[in-house]
Amino acid sequence: MDYVKLINCMRCGMCLPACPTYKETFLETASPRGRVALIRKLQEGELDQSERLLEYLSLCLDCQACASACPCGVNAGELVADFTCERKSDTGLGYMEDLILRKLVPHPDRLETSMVPIRMYQNSGLQKLVRTLGILKMFPKPLERMEGLLPPLPSQPLRQEINEITPAVGTERGTVGFFLGCVMSLIFSDASRATIKLLSSLGYKVITPRNQVCCGAPNMLGGDLAGLKDAAHTNIDIFAGYDVDYIVTDCGGCGAELKKYAHHLEGYAPAGAFSAKTRDISQLLALHADELAAKLRPLNKKITYHDPCHIAHCQGIRTEPRALLKLVPGLEYKELDAADSCCGSAGTYNITKPEMSDRILQRKLDTVRNSGAEILVTSNPGCLLQLKKGLADQLPNVKLMHLTEVLAESMEA
Amino acid sequence: MEPSFIKELQTIVGEQYTLSDRESLAVYGYDSTPELESKPGAVLLPGNADEVARIMRLCHGAGMTVTPRGSGTNLSGGSLSAGGVVVQTSRLNRIIEVDEENLTATVEPGVITSALHREVESRGLFYPPDPGSMNISTMGGNVAENSGGLRGLKYGVTADYVMGLETVLADGELLRTGGKVVKDVAGYSLNPLLVSSEGTLGFFTGITVKLIPKPQGKITMLAHFPVLQDAALAVSAIIAAKVIPATLEFLDKITIKCVEDYAHIGLPLDVDAVLLIEVDGHPVVIAEEAAAVAEICKKHRCSFFQTAQNPAEALKLTEARRTALSALARLKPTTILEDATVPRSCIAAMLQIIQASAKKYNVTIGTFGHAGDGNLHPTCLTDERDKDEIARAHAAFAEIFDAAIAMGGTITGEHGVGLAKKKYLPKLVGESGIRVMRGIKQAFDPKGILNPGKIF
Repeated sequence: MDYVKLINCMRCGMCLPACPTYKETFLETASPRGRVALIRKLQEGELDQSERLLEYLSLCLDCQACASACPCGVNAGELVADFTCERKSDTGLGYMEDLILRKLVPHPDRLETSMVPIRMYQNSGLQKLVRTLGILKMFPKPLERMEGLLPPLPSQPLRQEINEITPAVGTERGTVGFFLGCVMSLIFSDASRATIKLLSSLGYKVITPRNQVCCGAPNMLGGDLAGLKDAAHTNIDIFAGYDVDYIVTDCGGCGAELKKYAHHLEGYAPAGAFSAKTRDISQLLALHADELAAKLRPLNKKITYHDPCHIAHCQGIRTEPRALLKLVPGLEYKELDAADSCCGSAGTYNITKPEMSDRILQRKLDTVRNSGAEILVTSNPGCLLQLKKGLADQLPNVKLMHLTEVLAESMEA
Repeated sequence: MEPSFIKELQTIVGEQYTLSDRESLAVYGYDSTPELESKPGAVLLPGNADEVARIMRLCHGAGMTVTPRGSGTNLSGGSLSAGGVVVQTSRLNRIIEVDEENLTATVEPGVITSALHREVESRGLFYPPDPGSMNISTMGGNVAENSGGLRGLKYGVTADYVMGLETVLADGELLRTGGKVVKDVAGYSLNPLLVSSEGTLGFFTGITVKLIPKPQGKITMLAHFPVLQDAALAVSAIIAAKVIPATLEFLDKITIKCVEDYAHIGLPLDVDAVLLIEVDGHPVVIAEEAAAVAEICKKHRCSFFQTAQNPAEALKLTEARRTALSALARLKPTTILEDATVPRSCIAAMLQIIQASAKKYNVTIGTFGHAGDGNLHPTCLTDERDKDEIARAHAAFAEIFDAAIAMGGTITGEHGVGLAKKKYLPKLVGESGIRVMRGIKQAFDPKGILNPGKIF
């Protein structure tokens, strides 16, 4: 790890109030400043790689709210992630990590097949039975968490269903390569369908390459940098086969990762070109705000927006989603308190650190309750999963929607 | 620290809030002060004032030292401990009361300064002290350091707002000083002693501050000056015209260049100084004041002057000042931010000395800060690995402090003496000053267990 990145931290503490785990614990070890210091002291030999040190670092959500707050450009979340990657490259991946990150995630077909039993489980009534009988209490806690987080799955993953080419409506203004996130395709296919509809209605030909693979974010999360680079090369090659003006995604996590291909494959020109073309859906839609506004019909609801970390902190996108929501006539927009604070989903954090994740989620739900909103909007599948579970438990009357679902619904209304 | 003593501490605050593992102690070995580190023996996070008193009693009996700590944003090493007990106030974070009849707020020491701002401003009230770290810093820390901020010129500093304190003394006894009364001449005024005591006289568990009505309006202005001297003269002329701006901030040429390189906000690179001026109060009054400020700046040969017409424009004008520290801090790994303060009439002379010292010792010093109250922040951009440059930086600052003292100023306007400025204090206050301070310390803490080694 680059030592200068560590000593750039001037310990001013600007990151403390931004960090969800510091806000919960007030512990320096659970703060970005403390994490940078832990890694630095490890490098300097003052500390060794103890179980406790790794445990402290593992509490980081990698939400990167600290990076947004840092005056000198230190990204503690990224430093912790980089540290994990370096460590894993020394120790190698564990059996389960290898199974999931190398043998499952990079292969859309296998990933989709792996979901079939879950779909059957949900549709056969078995889920209801299991939940009623509390059978999951007999299994390890993480399994129960995972089961609880999963909303009903669509009948088929969108990737299998969608046409590879969706023509532009009216005059074609350009071509978009649509990067379909795994979780969007597998679970939130309605939102991605809405995304494609919005793009085509604004005059874009939408190409959704069927052979695209996972962006590699799960690899990064698991410390598998090599796996991430494989994924990047595959996707770069696939999209290079089409002549697209933009590569668009409606998944915040994918967008953040795709934009970092250039960084991960530094010096490889096609990666630079790929990242430069990548846009979050809100960025592209905001370019055509006037045209979009003309197509929108009133939705008389109170609405609020939760900034996904991968969009606000990792990509710096804050104004576009809000501006788009404000285009919809009749929508009463309420700003959420601490809207850009993590919801506690953070990849697999809600499974690996359930207690902390729940505390962070509770804060988010409290702000949603206080906002009085009837619709909560966000645009990242991790947040959607986490918030869906939270709202179902505590605020069943608040509807959760992806940004593009709101806009598409307003178009139909 | 002896495991048996840690066990005793645990019985007071609980195991969860007693930190003594190697990793935790390593990261409680610093605050925001560059270069300084020193590891405590244990860190405690008490949940109420009674626990604080019990910690003090136990430590007093055992002769163990206690160092209070808020969010660890201290800039003079004041929250560091060498082997003693660090008591972090974060869990003591309740705003106990906002008394709208008496115009006071009472808080626990761990309340974040900006949280108090939000609470009182939602009721049309105002707590003016606004240190640069107000989103992080705690009220306890602000009182202990007598923090200033951007609004110091018009509204004063923390000391001007502290009305009452509840302090746990070194032996665990409780001391109540002041209260909600405006007038109080019963005995020595102990509040001002406790304010800026840097944790050496007692541990605050309750703080009552004065509130004022929130100003109804604010006008933000920005002026560029091609010649440094003109900017300094404009500052004096504004005050002489009996306009007291809420904010009168200054950026020097190096800072301007760094801000422009970093934020690209269209600052001209050929000017010597930028002034950010804000007047606040009744709309009619501030309109007149803003007109006076504009006239004075133009008379002093500003090359550009803009008055914000709306909040969005105001935000844009303040951007240069807001990004000053970020812009400077990004250039080099280590940032030494000082706070030498002089009577405002000496600002121009002080700036010249800062520039001369930087040149003499071949170090980069950007200066920004509170021109209106003479509190400048010469900021040295360096690299802690370059021992030679660090030594030259300290030599430059030693000269700057000497100059500040010679001008009737001070070595620290708002960061405190702590460990970092200890060696300069005798020069400023003399032997008699140190003797009186030691006497006061002796009266409050005869065993010397409270934040030892700080100030003198």
